[in-house]
Amino acid sequence: MIQFLSYLLNGISLGSVYAIIALGYSMVYGIAKMLNFAHGDVIMIGAYISFCAIQYWNLPPAIAIVLAILVCTVLGIVIERLAYKPLRQATSLSVLITAIGVSWLLQNIALLIWGANPKSYQSLVGFGSLTLFDGQLHITSETFITIAANIVIMIALTLFTGKTKMGKAMRAVSEDKGAAELMGINVNATISMTFAIGSGLAAIAGVLLCSAYPVLMPTTGSMPGIKAFTAAVFGGIGSIPGALIGGILLGLIEIMGKAYVSTELGDALVFAVLIIVLLVKPTGLLGKKIHEKV
Amino acid sequence: MSMLKVEDLHVYYGSIHAIKGVSFEVNEGEIVTLIGANGAGKSTTLNTVAGLLKPRHGHISFEGAEIAGTPASKIVPHGMALCPEGRRVFQQMTVRENLEMGGYTRPAGEIAASLDDVFTRFPRLKERHRQVAGTLSGGEQQMLAMGRALMSKPKLLMLDEPSMGLAPILVEQIFDIIGELNRAGTTILLVEQNAQMALSIANRAYVLETGNIVKEGDAHLLMNDDDVRKAYLG
Repeated sequence: MIQFLSYLLNGISLGSVYAIIALGYSMVYGIAKMLNFAHGDVIMIGAYISFCAIQYWNLPPAIAIVLAILVCTVLGIVIERLAYKPLRQATSLSVLITAIGVSWLLQNIALLIWGANPKSYQSLVGFGSLTLFDGQLHITSETFITIAANIVIMIALTLFTGKTKMGKAMRAVSEDKGAAELMGINVNATISMTFAIGSGLAAIAGVLLCSAYPVLMPTTGSMPGIKAFTAAVFGGIGSIPGALIGGILLGLIEIMGKAYVSTELGDALVFAVLIIVLLVKPTGLLGKKIHEKV
Repeated sequence: MSMLKVEDLHVYYGSIHAIKGVSFEVNEGEIVTLIGANGAGKSTTLNTVAGLLKPRHGHISFEGAEIAGTPASKIVPHGMALCPEGRRVFQQMTVRENLEMGGYTRPAGEIAASLDDVFTRFPRLKERHRQVAGTLSGGEQQMLAMGRALMSKPKLLMLDEPSMGLAPILVEQIFDIIGELNRAGTTILLVEQNAQMALSIANRAYVLETGNIVKEGDAHLLMNDDDVRKAYLG
């Protein structure tokens, strides 16, 4: 029972990381109608920046996290500007291939700068752990902070898109770019900002992910990136609560699968979920179908 | 005084020459209509004037300033609004949010007063202000699209097929509102397939055929023109 509780918390914590990454996928998809497969690699860059900040430049953890967020935000804007914006009118296949290209570019840049050897990441949010039930249940500070960060981010983004002028403009752009432009909304600037927010979140996800699973190498971001994409599709891509639910459920499926089914099959289960969702409900759990009225 | 002046406008979709040298003008206080069959280039013309499409040649001047090629979002603050074909309200946003988007370029302090104005003109929208726009009926969505365009306080309001898909009684209602808006001081450029209705409300009209203007003049005279009657009034 206590074992189960421990798995449950780990699952929610891992799922929270997926949810934060899935948000980036989902927001960008909602606005730019493209799958930014380089998103996972922005996570990796964020993790490396925070790693360097701590290890080489001796900065305090809080500054390291802020620095990672800043660098990734700028990186997101630059990637959109240079790689995706020129393809705004192109077919989705060209954009997809470009995104895969950017992903490889980022991985190889990381390889060039930091080398292929895995770095041992020192947790930025490690403040010990809580022991309950006479030492049978350990809850690490990483688990707590990851879940808390996820909740804070979800609430903040929901308020942002629901209450602020900028956030509403983002929703308008995601529905109809032409109509949004006719309202006086600068569509290009809005897309740019979405990439900035998504990439900033990716930096946070990178720090949290590597704090919990402390192996950092140039491919660190790709697997969580793809799983988060699965989470986004699972929950309903384009939806903020969808990213939350999809992420958490996927984290739980992965951890429970590894614990109770088979360690090797954990990842396979995750992707089996993707296939089943695509077959049964292609719009995801919270995905909406829009009916046009005449 | 001419508020909008379009000269020798050429617009292409890729290699298709959709608008072939269209010129027209709209004077302050007028209702001007562009009529013509499907595919004549009416919507393309409006979309180009509004800044959604870039013309290859030609001039568009609005209150004396050249705006050809300027993106739509930069034109809106100068007092031009387009209520697009098919209404294109933001389906997943509430009525109020749609209207707020319409006032996107206005200072925050002026939004409340404009909302009141729109709600007075369209009481139906006030009743439903919390409802998601996608759940409104077609007529209500048209009112919302017009209300949304009015939120930017346009001097020139362009309407693209406001009667499309609406029951006759609603069409009457929409045209009454267009007349009221005009009397309240808004200049109107109207694109319609329903030539009868459009000519009955307009001061002047232009007839578009495959990207060219083939006739222009006083709306009431055109209504009695044999060619126009035969082609568009049945």
